[in-house]
Amino acid sequence: MLPYVPVFSLIGIAIVVVGFVLRINPLLVVTVAGLATGIASGLGPLEVVAAFGKAFITSRYVAIVWLVLPVIGLLEHAGLKERARAVVSQLRAATATRVLLVYFAIRQITAALGLTSLGGHAQMVRPLIAPMAEGAAENQYGKLPDATRNLIRANSAAVDNIALFFGEDIFIAIGSILLIRGFLDQNGIHVEPTQLAIWAIPTAICAFIIHCTRLLLLDRRLRKELSHESGRA
Amino acid sequence: MITLEHIYWLTGLMMAGVSIVNWRDRSNRRRLNNTAFWGVYAITFLFGSRLPDLVSGFLVIAMVLVASIRGLGQGADRSSPQEREESAKRWGNKLFIPALTIPFLTVAGTFAFKLVTINGVSLVDVKQVTVISLAIATLVALAVGMILLRPPISAPIREARRLLDAVGWAAVLPQMLAALGALFALAGVGNVVAGLAQRWIPLDTPFVVVATYAIGMALFTMIMGNAFAAFPVMTAGIGLPLIVQKFGGDPTIMSAIGMLSGFCGTLMTPMAANFNIVPTALLELPDENAVIKVQIPTALILLGANIVLMNFLVFRR
Repeated sequence: MLPYVPVFSLIGIAIVVVGFVLRINPLLVVTVAGLATGIASGLGPLEVVAAFGKAFITSRYVAIVWLVLPVIGLLEHAGLKERARAVVSQLRAATATRVLLVYFAIRQITAALGLTSLGGHAQMVRPLIAPMAEGAAENQYGKLPDATRNLIRANSAAVDNIALFFGEDIFIAIGSILLIRGFLDQNGIHVEPTQLAIWAIPTAICAFIIHCTRLLLLDRRLRKELSHESGRA
Repeated sequence: MITLEHIYWLTGLMMAGVSIVNWRDRSNRRRLNNTAFWGVYAITFLFGSRLPDLVSGFLVIAMVLVASIRGLGQGADRSSPQEREESAKRWGNKLFIPALTIPFLTVAGTFAFKLVTINGVSLVDVKQVTVISLAIATLVALAVGMILLRPPISAPIREARRLLDAVGWAAVLPQMLAALGALFALAGVGNVVAGLAQRWIPLDTPFVVVATYAIGMALFTMIMGNAFAAFPVMTAGIGLPLIVQKFGGDPTIMSAIGMLSGFCGTLMTPMAANFNIVPTALLELPDENAVIKVQIPTALILLGANIVLMNFLVFRR
């Protein structure tokens, strides 16, 4: 039923796992894994290098997001992050968790409407969301210990990811839905994109409940850890 | 027509600029390594479509060797926190205008560019409309920022250099992993994994099959860094033959929830570098797994929820 492929072709996976565990530079690990996988599948040394080069060139679209750096850097230099913090510190009701909850809801709803570009780590999280969440926490508890600051930043990035992943599949024209439809079509099963989108909703609701509950728990944790230290809350 | 190729040229010009700024910066001890790294990367954008594959392959290997063996450095940041505080007070909420221009114009462009044609030819390549819209939106935002702030003309590229060097080699990792995924596909790695699962797991009750499919989607996504690569393999290997054909499950529900089980895997793997590793660099976090650690509890609970949901919904006919 399945074509015979030697288990040796899994060597790339082994190299990646070992490399990440040993904390060797990931670029080096991935390159070695790619070359080894190619050789294991029967390509010659130069053919493997060419295949890797071709795959790298065709994947360039992944890097286009870096075009936002000149303008984001310019605005940061002019004080964008500081301003984002200042705006939040004027809102008395703002807490780090509330900032993240609001962003989660907006990000998931807009992604479900197909507006997946209204977010992102370079465009939104670094210059706006993370400083706002930090600013709200500073407002509540005074100067933050580094560990807490880093925890809030990591949570800002996580909110962007989770809200995006479990919102976008509700939109019928998103890549994953098109992929599912194309794949099932090839196997003689016809499905409607709207049906696929509808069945993404239960998981989207679960994701919202689970992650927002965890954000509320984060709020409790911050309060416990910080309010007695600073004595300002 | 504006195509992806034009956007690659633009990205290549930016990378070349970053390389030149690094070359002239004597505050960075490893400036020549940075110059070489971003310079070679610029070549892959400017000329990549016309280079022979073998040459591209050696360029990539050269970049990897510079970054991993020689190491990249970082130049000094010119602005102090006090300067930025003062500047923030001076400009106020106007600073948000260019920043918010990017997402809103990207979304607007995604819809508008599909409609614009000149002599029957689309203005932009509609298959790549989101990426091209993002690039055009950043150019407009940059123009707005320049008019508003009136910085020196070289400021944008110097600032791009500062941020790109802060991210470092992690900026290239997502692209490298996408290339690895292509090689995995070429070598048929997926079929081997699905074959092993069929051989070693007792797949004779519906619940075990559903759980294997969902967990397999998550695990295989963690290996490949991408649920799109995992979906065809797991669905052809386990989903269609067992859940749909043997136990009569609904293929639509299985596929929708199966893909989302894969997304749970995306949250837990460093292989999904653009979501999990790049933000730790962008947010200057000392632990490169910090974002993954925050995401793992949500991902595991949600994967469990997906298994329960699929088990109840997929066989309900």
